[in-house]
Amino acid sequence: MKRKHILRFFGLLCGAALTVLGVLRGEPDTILQKAVKLCLECIGIG
Amino acid sequence: MSGMHRDRVKRHDRFRLCVQLLAAAVLNGYAAGFAGGHIFTGKTKAVCVPVLNCYACPGALGACPIGAMQTVAAGNGRSFSFYALGLLMLCGTLFGRLLCGFLCPFGLVQDLLAKIPLKKLTVPHSADRLLRYLKYAVLIIMVLLLPAAVQNALGTGEPWFCKYLCPAGTLEGGIPAVLLNPALRKLAGVLFTWKFALMLAILILSVKIPRVFCRYLCPLGAFYALFNRFACFHMQVSSSKCISCGKCTAACPMQLDVPQEICSGECIRCGKCKAVCPTGAVASDFSVLRDQTEHTS
Ligand code: SF4
Repeated sequence: MKRKHILRFFGLLCGAALTVLGVLRGEPDTILQKAVKLCLECIGIG
Repeated sequence: MSGMHRDRVKRHDRFRLCVQLLAAAVLNGYAAGFAGGHIFTGKTKAVCVPVLNCYACPGALGACPIGAMQTVAAGNGRSFSFYALGLLMLCGTLFGRLLCGFLCPFGLVQDLLAKIPLKKLTVPHSADRLLRYLKYAVLIIMVLLLPAAVQNALGTGEPWFCKYLCPAGTLEGGIPAVLLNPALRKLAGVLFTWKFALMLAILILSVKIPRVFCRYLCPLGAFYALFNRFACFHMQVSSSKCISCGKCTAACPMQLDVPQEICSGECIRCGKCKAVCPTGAVASDFSVLRDQTEHTS
């Protein structure tokens, strides 16, 4: 298998594992709480 | 350029523009937000979209991954967002910077501005090479380090990139907010003026230097650039078919020497080089295990 293919598998596996880990840590809730309020920093006020 | 060839280039441009417009409309599909001056508050906002799309935009249905990274890093004792990083790794490994070329709404804005028929500026080679590194510094310092490292007495930090730099936030979130909400308009001060001036400078520059933000400043572009060399979606130039006419390099919005740099992290996979190539030497493919074998870069 070429190096490129190994990197692809590594990227896909790590990406999936990190996503699941983040979900288990409750990160989507943290992001949701921020995203449903108007982000004052983003709009240049806060 | 022959008539048939010109048609192919036009067809490709039209196709890409349609995909970009569709993506911008889907990602910002909450029309009631624009009409009523408020933002969407549904559960899909917990999901990171694969492009720079501000969650303060009245129409945004998802979360910006760069904003999400900073939010997690800045708050409640976690210095790193595994969730946003994992999603971006998946997207980067599958598509690389194809997402910049076809789906990013701020990329679309820059592409539309670049259509203004003014002579384009060629950034001197050495300056261009140096400036490309700036986006990696923005990613590491403003997105990953500062939100986690600089915290107040309550243990929370700030989203440095969103607050001081992001022109997409100003365009998609800031301007609609101050236009639609009189109370916010009164609060707009020095920071808003800074962000507005920066956004304006980037937009004006992108008329003369296509995709100037993507080339030199975008932290998401920097992240995807790390995956571009081995992503499942890849592009190659066949050395046996290439006649070194230079049409691909002249068409490239990222100012790349296409035969040499098409596999680099800088290519946004816009496909312009493929469309203009008179011999069909530029090819693209999507595969996990297969690769076109012959290439020069
Ligand atoms: S090398 Fe080709 S696909 Fe890549 S950015 Fe330049 S024109 Fe677009």
